[in-house]
Amino acid sequence: MADISGVPHLFGGENALRDDLKARLERAGLHVTSAIAGTRGAAHALARHGGGIIPDGRLAEGIGPLPISALRVDHDTTEALSRVGLVRIADLIALPRAPLARRFGPGLILRLDQALGAQSEPVAAEPDAPHFGVRMTLPEPIGLQADVMAGLERLLDRLCDKLFATHRGARRLRLELHRVDHVAAQIEIGLARPMRDPVRIAALFAKGVEGVESGFGIEAMRLSAPLTEPLPPEQIGDGPTVGHEDVLADLLSSVGNRIGFDRVLRLLPATSLIPERSFLLAPAAYSEPEPLVHYSGAKRPITLFPPEPVTAASGTPPASFRWRRMRFTTLRAAGPERITPEWWFDDPAWRSGLRDYWRIETREGPRLWLFVTPQTTAGLALPATARAQNWYVQGEFA
Amino acid sequence: MRPEPPPSDPFELRPHRVHEAEGRGRRSFALFQALRHPGPLVWITPAHSPELPMLRGLPKGVGERLHLLRPSGETDLLWCVEEALRAVPVGLVIAEPEKPLSLTAGRRFQLAAEAGRTTGLLLIREGAGSNATETRWHCAPQASSSPDSTLHHWTLSKNKMGTSGFWTLNWNGASSAVDLVSEARQRHEPAETPR
Repeated sequence: MADISGVPHLFGGENALRDDLKARLERAGLHVTSAIAGTRGAAHALARHGGGIIPDGRLAEGIGPLPISALRVDHDTTEALSRVGLVRIADLIALPRAPLARRFGPGLILRLDQALGAQSEPVAAEPDAPHFGVRMTLPEPIGLQADVMAGLERLLDRLCDKLFATHRGARRLRLELHRVDHVAAQIEIGLARPMRDPVRIAALFAKGVEGVESGFGIEAMRLSAPLTEPLPPEQIGDGPTVGHEDVLADLLSSVGNRIGFDRVLRLLPATSLIPERSFLLAPAAYSEPEPLVHYSGAKRPITLFPPEPVTAASGTPPASFRWRRMRFTTLRAAGPERITPEWWFDDPAWRSGLRDYWRIETREGPRLWLFVTPQTTAGLALPATARAQNWYVQGEFA
Repeated sequence: MRPEPPPSDPFELRPHRVHEAEGRGRRSFALFQALRHPGPLVWITPAHSPELPMLRGLPKGVGERLHLLRPSGETDLLWCVEEALRAVPVGLVIAEPEKPLSLTAGRRFQLAAEAGRTTGLLLIREGAGSNATETRWHCAPQASSSPDSTLHHWTLSKNKMGTSGFWTLNWNGASSAVDLVSEARQRHEPAETPR
């Protein structure tokens, strides 16, 4: 929707303007229907029912033949109106307004008034998103690390004031250092949670600034926050004490900036019975800890790894087997616990069908989580030795 | 330096120091210690390590506090351990280095743990520890005779500030309490002479 009041004569009239718009959009591969009218509601209605131009002062005739659903009213109202025989907008215009409002609510009258221009509805552009960027040009090129950090602190103060004014916190910050010889160095840091505390952010930049080659000197600095998140002001207690949560967030930020935020993880519970999918590894910077709903059922191992086949297994459950080049003898076995694959996911690891899990205590000490895939050999007449190859270890209990 | 009186609880890790555990049961030992340390937990494993802690199998209350760091190289791993040890609110840092630790790295960890007032536990491979460690535990699961018990055999093989010993105990994997099966241990200190 665009406000074109006072503009059409520049394009040779409303008709020419509309044709021009249509031709340009068609060149871009878009087929559109457009309408020009004196009010926003009328243009909206006409654009959805054939398009065209309603000349000034003839709104009622222009939109009169259109169905009532064009008026931006909900489906129920339209249906109720059609049940009493009111189908077109022209039918509505002729009726007395008070009974109409009483029966169908003020919304219908409001939409009608907006379409006819009795109620104002300005076309306003959305306000620009605030820009979080500050820069500083230096009279003399600088090269010392301390000078860069001092400049950065001044920039951070200004940026954080801006962030505070809009109640936002930075999630990602970029510092560009322009050198005298027109080479720019860029340092980007991520934050484990939205933040606008200049001192703590400056500490995270220290390592990046250390690695910058200043050459003949740096003459301009630019600091921007490409990614921000809402951060309402918090009530802080007496004294500028930094809470434990902040210290932990600082640790996650500094670790994440070095090894990558996708490697700083948290375990989150998931609703799946498949062992591999019973928990999620979520980046700690973008998730909150979730309490584990107490789980009843068979015990689960403390460590889980991709299935490793065992060899020389004998019997069900195996009385003895070899795994990781060690020989194990079963002392006690608990099971089986049958887990069937989730058919709505095509997981290559689970193509072998359902699994029977056993908790096996070995004479040697380790308590292992073994499973067998009975379906892989069910239909085939294989010798017992081949069937014994279906045992895998997937976890280890405490 | 005179040895301190032995603590009443033999499995209490001396706070603000870095300890080591080896053997098959070292992860059980780490979880047992995680239960005894309140506050956030940091578990650092190499990125290519296939073994992950399974959330449903962890003792109650550990999973929510756990932060898993998976750095891709040994240098990054050591750096993460040091950084985590220096952070004050962290309750326990558990790390699984792959290579034997040098004395320098071990000393740095001790200094970081003292600075950050954090306790660390390194899960090392057999014989890959550093001399700077405060205590070294050898942990092995043991086959038990009754179906309801999970026996562990924990040996304290190095102790800078006390005596060593070994315990066979029954830990159910859920609480911070253990059930000592036998008090028997080798005696390293001289016997009290009757006066």
